[in-house]
Amino acid sequence: MADELMIRAEGLTKRYGDTQALAGVDFSVPAGTILGLLGPNGAGKTTAVRILTTLARPDSGRAAVAGIDVVKHPGEVRRHIGVAAQDATLDPLLTGRQNLVLVGELSDMGRAPSRARAAELLAQFELTDAADRVLKGYSGGMRRRLDLAAALMTRPPVLFLDEPTTGLDPTSRQRVWEAIRELLGEGVTVLLTTQYLEEADALAHRIVVVDHGKVIANGTPTELKEASRSARLEVSLAAPDSEARAAGAMAPLVAGRVHVSEDGRRLSAGVDAVPGLATAVVRALDAAGVLVDNIEVRQPSLDDVFFSLTGGHIEDEDEDEVIGSGDGAAAAATAGGSDGGDGESGDRHELEGVRT
Amino acid sequence: MTTTLTPTSVGLDRPRSGGLVFGSLSDIWAMTRRNLVHIAREPMQLSDVTIQPVLFTVLFVYIFGGAIALPGGGSYVDYLLAGILALNLVTSVMGTAVGLSTDLHEGMIDRFRTLPMWRSAVLVGRSMADLLTSLLCALIVGLTGLAVGWRPGANDISVLGGFALVILFAYALTWIAACVGLNAKSPESAASFGFIVLFPLAFVSNAMVPTQHMPGWLQAVAEWNPVSAVCAGTRVLWGNPNPAGALHAWPMRHPIEASVIWSVALIALAAPLAAHFFRRRTTE
Repeated sequence: MADELMIRAEGLTKRYGDTQALAGVDFSVPAGTILGLLGPNGAGKTTAVRILTTLARPDSGRAAVAGIDVVKHPGEVRRHIGVAAQDATLDPLLTGRQNLVLVGELSDMGRAPSRARAAELLAQFELTDAADRVLKGYSGGMRRRLDLAAALMTRPPVLFLDEPTTGLDPTSRQRVWEAIRELLGEGVTVLLTTQYLEEADALAHRIVVVDHGKVIANGTPTELKEASRSARLEVSLAAPDSEARAAGAMAPLVAGRVHVSEDGRRLSAGVDAVPGLATAVVRALDAAGVLVDNIEVRQPSLDDVFFSLTGGHIEDEDEDEVIGSGDGAAAAATAGGSDGGDGESGDRHELEGVRT
Repeated sequence: MTTTLTPTSVGLDRPRSGGLVFGSLSDIWAMTRRNLVHIAREPMQLSDVTIQPVLFTVLFVYIFGGAIALPGGGSYVDYLLAGILALNLVTSVMGTAVGLSTDLHEGMIDRFRTLPMWRSAVLVGRSMADLLTSLLCALIVGLTGLAVGWRPGANDISVLGGFALVILFAYALTWIAACVGLNAKSPESAASFGFIVLFPLAFVSNAMVPTQHMPGWLQAVAEWNPVSAVCAGTRVLWGNPNPAGALHAWPMRHPIEASVIWSVALIALAAPLAAHFFRRRTTE
């Protein structure tokens, strides 16, 4: 079933009152892969998950999970899915073990198999010590892991994880990630929603970016980064006091402004990743008599892609470090007082959205 | 984290074990047990069915016991116990409204709705748990009553029939409470249902005092209050003093029949209505 599409959404729309939560969403997830549904708060991620998990009906469009229509046969769909939702959907007054056994029993697993499976999952998620404590005393990370365990009770072939790590500290997040990665090798199909680009980058085979109820990008993490074309050029200079000349030489080749680090030794700028760019930059710097230690054309992070696609507002920082600009008007070297200019948090360009 | 998670799902293409009916029953039983655990872990709910009955029985017997003379004579303790039982069971159905409202607001219902369970088990399991706690409450009231001097004057079958009459009525009320809980904006507003509806319902009746002492208009209300019929019917079945038997209102002359009619009518009306509200609340 390797080529099978385990999740399929076609033209889904859904309106809640005045809010158009989904305005025609299409995506699909092949068996055994993880799709990251990425978008800011209110983009429509949760609505899409609610439709696919039979909690909500679409106003129009079609959706199928494991080949079963979610509107026509919701009961059948429920036999094939595991859901870890965003809100607390476990019983705070039951123990961790009781919660898992309840899910198993309500899924017709029978009492004894439910108990055995619960014990297995509690051990797997390192919750055995807390298994017989009431959920109220669980930390956020423990609750999320139990949520994940509950979703896995019936060994479902399709898993929906709605923002599984929102609000978790980095350590807990890592542990949830590990658990999700382990599922990968087992052929489970996963739809993961997240606000964290890092999470989608780390876990997902493909990423669908949604905003305002629409899919605005769809591809592998690498494809999305390439499609945004916003590569970053970083140059380290061999000698001090050459940054003004270097910036002047680079300016005609870059897309934005040239940032200079505090010590005047490192320059960075956004560029269009055209073939031979590095060669051109080295030649220009050489012609200006600047000695270069290192040059790197770095692919954009998913953050760059995401913000350019969703039109997210990026603070215009480090004004005082700008000594050159893309139109070639080189200015005097006035390396500013703040650090920055390291290319990680520097300027990001307005990019055209990638539509596929 | 070493366990193998095979995609060859247990759930895939598997029919309901033991068929539709058995599957539904096991869902109801699982939900019933869940709600019983809740009652055991919520101090408020637990005290409603354990401490409150003892407290009410002792307080009313010793505080009002000497001050109230029954029309037609008889022991006030014997008169009071049916009323105490009704008061406890009627006010405890508030737990149903609060519990359902809490489930809806905490996202728990969403979890249940993604499981291949019989959906109405959420409602039926709740009412079964409430029925079982009613039994516990009735037992505690009965034992406390015996301790403070209540003595039924009828055979065992008839006494059990008296308990059954009150419990049936309380069960009917849980479906009204379910309707309230399913429409409440919050668990807190569901709780206010108890004070606004259940307490007047329990007190504007012959549960604590005979209606003969009430002002005329209130007396009329009290005599047609189903709680009065339930209390009077229970007193008849227990062989305890029942001054209401001398009244003219039809439910007072036929309290057992009236109680059963009230209970059955409430269930017939409120249970389908609760199912309807539940569907509406959980459809989007």
